[in-house]
Amino acid sequence: MSGCLRLCTAASCRSRGALALLETSTLPVKEVGCLGPCSEGPLAVMDGTLLSLQQAASEPLEPSLAAALARSRAISSEDSFLKLQRRLVLARCGVVDPGCINDALAQGAYQQLQAVLAADNPSAVIETVRRSGLRGRGGAGYPTGLKWATVAAMPGEHKVVVCNADEGDPGAFMDRTLMEGDPHTLLEGMAIAAFAVGAQQGYIYVRAEYPLAIERLRTAIAAAEVRGWLGKGIRGSRFNVAIELRVGAGAYVCGEETALIHSIEGRRGVPRPRPPYPAEHGVFGLPTLINNVETFGNIPALLRLGVEAYGAGTKVFSLTGHVRRSGVLEVPMGTPLRTIVETMGGGAPPGRSIKAVQTGGPSGGCVPASALDTPVDYDSLKALGTIMGSGGMVVLDDTTNMVDLAAFFIAFSREESCGKCIPCRSGTVQLEMLLRKLLERRGSAADLSQLESLCHTVADASLCGLGQSAPKPVLSTLRHFRSDYLELLRPAEVGR
Amino acid sequence: MATLEQGFTELEPVLQRHGHQAHGLIEVLNRAQQLYGHLSKPLLRHIARQLHLPFSRVQGTASFYHLFRLMPPARHCCLVCTGTACHVQGAAQLLAELKAAPLAELGVELGSVRCIGTCSGAPLVVVDGAVWNHVEAQAVLKQLRELER
Amino acid sequence: MSVCTLQINERDVAVPTGTTLLEAARQASIPIPTLCFLEGLSAVAACRLCLVEVRGADGREEPRLLAACVTTAAEGMRVQTHTPRLQDIRRTVIELLFTEGNHVCAICVANGHCELQNLAVEVGMDHSRLPYRFPERHVDLSHAQFGLDHNRCILCTRCVRVCDEVEGAHVWDVGWRGEHCQIISGLGEPWGAVEACTHCGKCVDVCPTGALFHKADTSEEKHSHPERLQALVHARSHQEWSP
Repeated sequence: MSGCLRLCTAASCRSRGALALLETSTLPVKEVGCLGPCSEGPLAVMDGTLLSLQQAASEPLEPSLAAALARSRAISSEDSFLKLQRRLVLARCGVVDPGCINDALAQGAYQQLQAVLAADNPSAVIETVRRSGLRGRGGAGYPTGLKWATVAAMPGEHKVVVCNADEGDPGAFMDRTLMEGDPHTLLEGMAIAAFAVGAQQGYIYVRAEYPLAIERLRTAIAAAEVRGWLGKGIRGSRFNVAIELRVGAGAYVCGEETALIHSIEGRRGVPRPRPPYPAEHGVFGLPTLINNVETFGNIPALLRLGVEAYGAGTKVFSLTGHVRRSGVLEVPMGTPLRTIVETMGGGAPPGRSIKAVQTGGPSGGCVPASALDTPVDYDSLKALGTIMGSGGMVVLDDTTNMVDLAAFFIAFSREESCGKCIPCRSGTVQLEMLLRKLLERRGSAADLSQLESLCHTVADASLCGLGQSAPKPVLSTLRHFRSDYLELLRPAEVGR
Repeated sequence: MATLEQGFTELEPVLQRHGHQAHGLIEVLNRAQQLYGHLSKPLLRHIARQLHLPFSRVQGTASFYHLFRLMPPARHCCLVCTGTACHVQGAAQLLAELKAAPLAELGVELGSVRCIGTCSGAPLVVVDGAVWNHVEAQAVLKQLRELER
Repeated sequence: MSVCTLQINERDVAVPTGTTLLEAARQASIPIPTLCFLEGLSAVAACRLCLVEVRGADGREEPRLLAACVTTAAEGMRVQTHTPRLQDIRRTVIELLFTEGNHVCAICVANGHCELQNLAVEVGMDHSRLPYRFPERHVDLSHAQFGLDHNRCILCTRCVRVCDEVEGAHVWDVGWRGEHCQIISGLGEPWGAVEACTHCGKCVDVCPTGALFHKADTSEEKHSHPERLQALVHARSHQEWSP
């Protein structure tokens, strides 16, 4: 690929003027998806070298690409942000032109689907996924192979595969990166899943806040249909699968799978009790497999490498907040948090120190700086009272008030509560009122214990995952940063 | 204007794509808003009739989702991102300062959005679909004043 | 008919397969409080009052909190209906309901016949530990015979379900979301302006509080009549009437 100039035109670099640079270019330029360290954007690659086209903050962006290239700064391939990654899901992201199926095909897209169809053995595919130990990347971490086997075992000829692309956690953009940068990997993963479980219909439920991802998925689906990788009798086999896009309309709760199903059916995105689980009774009452974008994105790489070489797999994170270098990175599962945040992200801004790292968004919690050596995997993070979540990682420095952060997340859950069950609808309001009272230094020790008690009630009694996990940011900050709360108590209360 | 739109004929392709069936409701609402700017009562009534749905179900669904608007939009729209990364970089302060400014006079409607996923530019605003990175209130106001009225 | 046996509060209970935990408990004369649930309508598990602690479901030993109205009894389940944890959840839920609306019993049409009021007594709520929110809500008196006072509405959605599932008119639905949820008629229009309404009054009959009422009722005069709905549903499904 030497001699070829690649320019990232995904959402982040786009917001930093990448399109203006593209328009002024007299050189042949290939548009690609995310190259990783977004905070250095706009980013380009020339002759295999990653270039930051960013000017000093005070200067306007160079209007011409040639001039910007002349003043660009190279980011060495030995840079730990690049070197410590293991790109399986994002292997082609930043390399392939996401709008061009020929380019994707030339770089191996749909080869695993081809192989799976040629072998014609759905249960072998499920067995591979099961043996790999792959767990759902959307947050809950349910074993993917088990989910696939359950749907495959359901009776009936009509089944559905759904991709949950309603990436709603604030500060998380891993799925956006894949959809914008390499949509064909997602489509291939979904088609393989459909083949494995016996589904003929697929839906991608994508949030409306991602217009570029929607555009690129539409283009990719249409191209894959024309080239015979989606649709009827794929590559001469008897396998049919149609994939449709369903665009959300701004509702975080639709990331909950029963709410997502209702939304695909054209209803209010309100969750319902489970059982019945979607595997049994999903979209239009049909057995339904729901996985998130990154989970499907793992499938082609897993099948290409085989279980042994795939190993523990990877996790894609979006690193943001009080960190020198932010962006998207894919690292081996089990990488210590410190490696990601300090070595790859460069740690806190000058003169500040890291206080905590928030993972799992509104359903997650904070890892205190003292526990930065924790490996990022499902169980280690759970033991610390947070969750892996979908991959949003927000670094918080010593200027952060953890009570304010907890109030931020509770306000988020309050705003996004569907309103169906009372503990979530009304409990999140009361929790925010209590936190505001503390923040305004009007709170007493009794308020603090009421806060804790109400957190447990909302967590225990709510109907769906949103309400059940809404108090987690409060409980987690109470556990690791209780002193931040105690400092806010009315002076007379301290020491009691 | 309203009488001209009574036919809502531009909506026919999306209605047909979903076979005039209930499950197409959100797709139809999305398209309707794209075409007509907001979901007026006559428009919702038309959609309910075309999809054979009770009015209350159409209203209930349209009012559930944040992005559906039941009132006409202002000329310009400024959304302050209030995602986590923007919050820890001061989005609440930014939103409060913009709220205090006379934006309506500029034909600008102020709103918020929960993370658009380009957090490296935090804090940021989205103005008429374009992302403005690393902003502070005075600079945003200055640029908003330069928008065509 | 196959039967499964389970324990409720350490008592052995045998019920037909497919019975919910709520039905099983009621058959064994163990009362479980409910609010959104109403026999004859679909169950939505929204009010969370009927949560019970279940052990031995799916082979799990740690207790799980499950809504009795939608959980099917299974062989070997061990169910607890009134542990201190559950009692506290129920009291908190009732407090959350009282504090999110404007419930003034003394002037309410349903005073003395209100399911919310009865539950407050049952769970021992003599005061609310959480602050009242005093929301601004309105009253819809546009219908010729009935009224809707949103101040007293607890969003149980019984009216929505009875109008949809039994009457078939679907006048009502839930509008908006979260704390802004409210019962809406038509396109958010006044009830009296909604042509779909058949004026049958079933919604008023099933409303557990004084939110839906006959205009002629004054304080303490409103009685709910869920038995009318149940007789109707029974007659339809079994072709049996009790004149």
